[in-house]
Amino acid sequence: MTVEPRDITRSPSGDTGAYLSVNDLRVHFPTGDGIVKAVDGLSFSISRGQTLGIVGESGSGKSVTSQAILGLHKGSKARISGEIWLGDQELVGMTEEEIRGLRGDQMAMIFQDPLSSLHPFYTVGRQITEAYRVHNSVGKSAARKRAVEMLDLVGIPNPDKRFDDYPHQFSGGMRQRAMIAMALVCDPKLLIADEPTTALDVTVQAQILELMKELQREFNSAIILITHDLGVVAEACDSVVVMYGGQCVETGTVNDIFYHAQMPYTWGLLGSMPRMDRDRRERLQPIPGQPPSLIQVPKGCVFNPRCVYQDHVPGDLCKTDHPQLLMTQRGNEGGLLPHQVRCHIRESERERIWTEQISPTL
Amino acid sequence: MTRYVLRRLLGAVLVIFVVSVVTFAIFQLGPALSNTSPVYYYIGKIPFPAGSVQLKLIEHRFGFDQPLWQQYWTWLRGILFGRKLDDGSTFVNCHAPCLGYSFRLNTPVTSLVKQALPVSLSLAAGAAILWLVGGVTVGVISALHPRSVFDRAGMTMALAAVSLPIFFTGPILILVFVYQLKWLPNISYVPITQDPAQWFRSMILPWIALSFLFAALYARLTRASMMETMGEDYIRTARAKGLPRRKVTLRHGLRAALTPIVTIFGIDVGTLIGTTVITETVFNLRGLGYLSVQSIHTQDLPVIMGVTIIAAIALVVANLVVDILYAFVDPRVSYG
Ligand SMILES: Nc1ncnc2c1ncn2[C@@H]1O[C@H](COP(=O)(O)OP(=O)(O)O)[C@@H](O)[C@H]1O
Ligand SMILES: [Mg+2]
Repeated sequence: MTVEPRDITRSPSGDTGAYLSVNDLRVHFPTGDGIVKAVDGLSFSISRGQTLGIVGESGSGKSVTSQAILGLHKGSKARISGEIWLGDQELVGMTEEEIRGLRGDQMAMIFQDPLSSLHPFYTVGRQITEAYRVHNSVGKSAARKRAVEMLDLVGIPNPDKRFDDYPHQFSGGMRQRAMIAMALVCDPKLLIADEPTTALDVTVQAQILELMKELQREFNSAIILITHDLGVVAEACDSVVVMYGGQCVETGTVNDIFYHAQMPYTWGLLGSMPRMDRDRRERLQPIPGQPPSLIQVPKGCVFNPRCVYQDHVPGDLCKTDHPQLLMTQRGNEGGLLPHQVRCHIRESERERIWTEQISPTL
Repeated sequence: MTRYVLRRLLGAVLVIFVVSVVTFAIFQLGPALSNTSPVYYYIGKIPFPAGSVQLKLIEHRFGFDQPLWQQYWTWLRGILFGRKLDDGSTFVNCHAPCLGYSFRLNTPVTSLVKQALPVSLSLAAGAAILWLVGGVTVGVISALHPRSVFDRAGMTMALAAVSLPIFFTGPILILVFVYQLKWLPNISYVPITQDPAQWFRSMILPWIALSFLFAALYARLTRASMMETMGEDYIRTARAKGLPRRKVTLRHGLRAALTPIVTIFGIDVGTLIGTTVITETVFNLRGLGYLSVQSIHTQDLPVIMGVTIIAAIALVVANLVVDILYAFVDPRVSYG
């Protein structure tokens, strides 16, 4: 393990409570083939100044979750239940018009592909000033000044000139910086970054993550960082939600997940994590099998069709009973996101497998 | 950008030149193939027997005994600087731009075109605005509420409209609105300079008839384009910024969805002169289409050539305007 343990007690003074709380969130899409249970009973919390990573293979419901927080499913056929608390406001029950006032202002989002996420026919500057002027009644020149300031802040050289460029005239990294400038232009308290570095090469990826950390320090915002790359989580997050098939299968601090993982799916993710100190062939060990169907979710544990540790559980429990997300011994130490695991294997047994079989191979 | 526009402009001039050569050649070829003296196509009769000295003299006056390129040059010079014409009995001073002289109508072609052009332009411009606004509006509403009652009704009507020809809808419109409901007077074209209100009332039915088919096509096109655009990532971004729905739809959605529509619009406007022929005939409007049909009937070659070259120029100019417009609509178009 080359991952440095992070100081998870780092929390802004006086800021002890959660800023965002998601409770038992469900997002179901009725389709011609049946109901897609994209998110099914997800809960997590995050306070300001903290970064939460949501990891999982593609199709596990990460983007749907983030869009549910911003209320972007409103007006579609999606059925949403549960609660999302942002400060003292509940978002699920809000109307489109109510939540629209919060979007971009209290909470903002950065998307995976900055080229397709920026409008091709408007200048970068105009798109940033537009975001600013929705929530602030200022004139054109004041908005321009603010946008140039933001472009400068995110490290775009010659911001006053680049203001008038179109997205296609920017490089990939610059575009993502511009997206970040646009997301942060109203000083949101919550920033959701949905795979912000996936489309970028490794050096630029590191720069963007560094930039986000810097800006978080400056604005004390809560960040949700969505990724399928545990390396990015280790680099940038305080706590982690591991998602599989629309559910949280393990959650805890970065320390819990990287040094005390207890769920076979998390073990698989850790095993397939790209590592600099291994050769190419050895490092690629994808989890065998396919992600589950979200229409006919597997009976019992969602992960059971791919799990190779079922013989550690007596009988057919894994195939018949849906395991609860339960607190571990470590989790009882408390914290905003205590260590919790969704698995039928006994905790002592999971700890033994981790220390004897998994940890040494990582 | 300026260089791009200049290059396009130069290209357009070249195209018009080529078109004028081709037009001239084609209409000289006709008489040659049918072995008729071109005099017939200019004055409508052959006053002297073929091969007679008198006929030769007239042909000489017209310049038909000169090599073709020289005849072309005379014709082109007439357009640019004006020329003098005479067929032996009539002597005409035809001012620039001289498109020729109709000995049948005893009128310079240029004045015929000058009378007809405003009619055709009124018809084309009004119809284009009507179908663009109507088609795009219906298309956008349909796209925003797919499978709604409005969408189904709109698209069904669009489908029907595409298959209804103007010579069918035109007379029905006249029958209903002029003769039965008597909402509109039975008038033909009134110039806008003379009485704008009457001009409007005289044009409203032709506009509707001509724009109906196009509006239907544009509604379907807009719907498809808009549905695609509204699924784009940048629409999600616009919503994530907290923009009101209307701005998301119009400023971000429609703005992008309009690009393919501008392209098609350029092509349609360019070929509109041809499309207006039927409308002009049905509504008895003396426009360019009517003029060309008329001159073909009477085999009045100078008029046919004049109208053809004007129509060609209209097409080239329309394309030029759309090309330049397109560069503004889509900043990704390179001006190189
Ligand atoms: N509007 C929708 N209608 C139906 N299914 C959807 C819709 N949006 C997302 N899904 C499904 O939800 C699942 C989770 O998607 P997503 O959250 O994008 O995954 P990811 O973890 O890769 O971000 C996917 O199987 C996807 O097909
Ligand atoms: Mg995703």
